[in-house]
Amino acid sequence: MTAWWTLMLRDLRLAWRSGGAAGLSLGFFVMATSLYPFGLGPDPVTLASVAAGLIWVTAMFAALLSLDRLFQADFEDGTLTQLLLSKLTAPGIVFAKITAHWLGVMLPLIIVSPLLALILGLPGSAIGPLMLSLVVGTPALSCLGAVVAALTVAVRRGGALMTILLIPLFVPSLIFGAASVEAGLVGTDPSGALLLAAAVSLFALALAPVAASAALRLAAE
Amino acid sequence: MHYFANPTRFQRLMDILRPWVVGVMLAMLAYGLLAGTVFGPADRLQGESVRILYIHVPSAWMAMFIYVAIAAASFVALVWRHPLALIAARASAPIGAVFTLLALITGSLWGKPTWGTFWVWDGRLTSVLVLFFLYLGYMALWQALEDEEKAGRATSILALVGTVNIPIIKFSVDWWNTLHQPASVVRLDGPTIDPSMLWPLLAMGLAFKAYYVWVLFARMEALMDARRVQAAQLRAAQHAAGGAL
Repeated sequence: MTAWWTLMLRDLRLAWRSGGAAGLSLGFFVMATSLYPFGLGPDPVTLASVAAGLIWVTAMFAALLSLDRLFQADFEDGTLTQLLLSKLTAPGIVFAKITAHWLGVMLPLIIVSPLLALILGLPGSAIGPLMLSLVVGTPALSCLGAVVAALTVAVRRGGALMTILLIPLFVPSLIFGAASVEAGLVGTDPSGALLLAAAVSLFALALAPVAASAALRLAAE
Repeated sequence: MHYFANPTRFQRLMDILRPWVVGVMLAMLAYGLLAGTVFGPADRLQGESVRILYIHVPSAWMAMFIYVAIAAASFVALVWRHPLALIAARASAPIGAVFTLLALITGSLWGKPTWGTFWVWDGRLTSVLVLFFLYLGYMALWQALEDEEKAGRATSILALVGTVNIPIIKFSVDWWNTLHQPASVVRLDGPTIDPSMLWPLLAMGLAFKAYYVWVLFARMEALMDARRVQAAQLRAAQHAAGGAL
């Protein structure tokens, strides 16, 4: 357990050090979101009606950007092989990486999301549901991302490939996450979509450590 | 199962089966196309445009069937390290992708006269589009990894992860928005489609399946030949190096 914490905290620190994934993803998330009004026009009604979906899609892209280095640095300098030889189980390593990714990269995005909701004109009453949907839905992104990151770890410039592989897998989280905010906006019960988003996350959490560790062992052979 | 892991033995099996497969395909295609598009009835509401059904529906069936076949072959390849299963999975992917694209294109051409638009963000259309993306991803991963052995196992893991996600994607997209008509052939209370259309449709389904097997055989043969050529080149290179390796 100590080893697991050490690995998780190490990854968390690395994400936040300069050149880490967290700052870049956060910057991308904020800047990309501020581009939408230029493309869609400044009309507050239009922006408010699409704000929740835009924030969800942008969070997805920010996750994609950060995920391609999830295992790669450790794979390139041999750390990954050492980790696989250590007392930690392979699924345990993956789970530590997923936890660190979610805490280090996704959680900061969720924390700044109210700011983006405000500049896109999302009604104040929808900000709580938006954050809740991101908290519940984004663990699936970290988990599925870990599987694909492990599969493409040996591919040079695997980032574009990861995007192609991950986008179809992200669809359910996006649908349920954005729909729960939408339901809150039009006054229907958002709990159904929210629970389904949670279900997708839990399912991904059960699947990812096993699938990703199979892929990692393959790459480290 | 490992009896046919030997490529030469499998080649013999393919040679025996091939004429039957092609025969079934031609017979079913002739019956299906004639009964469906020449002698069959037009639809009361949709008129002649309904005849695209005989291409569209079997394509959509094959799009799903081939993905399941890839997943099954990947499972066999991962668990038993069966070499031919991997070749079958790899050879299937482009065929499945083309059927998926065909289902999308014919659906879009059919949608124009009946729904008034080439594309709507409807549940079934969108889930077929997502299925097409899954095919592309699977093929892209094959291309990206150079070591064939590793590429085979990585793509197998991806195919299985994709397969357990397909029901979730399908359900989520259906829940999201549905305009497409519900299933009318495979239903608990029997098909709602008229027999004069059902039989040609089933014949076309069988013809498409036979076509898949026929092309699959050709593609598998090509992949096995490529491997043989590679092995021979390697031997020749070693020979040229004078056994210094």
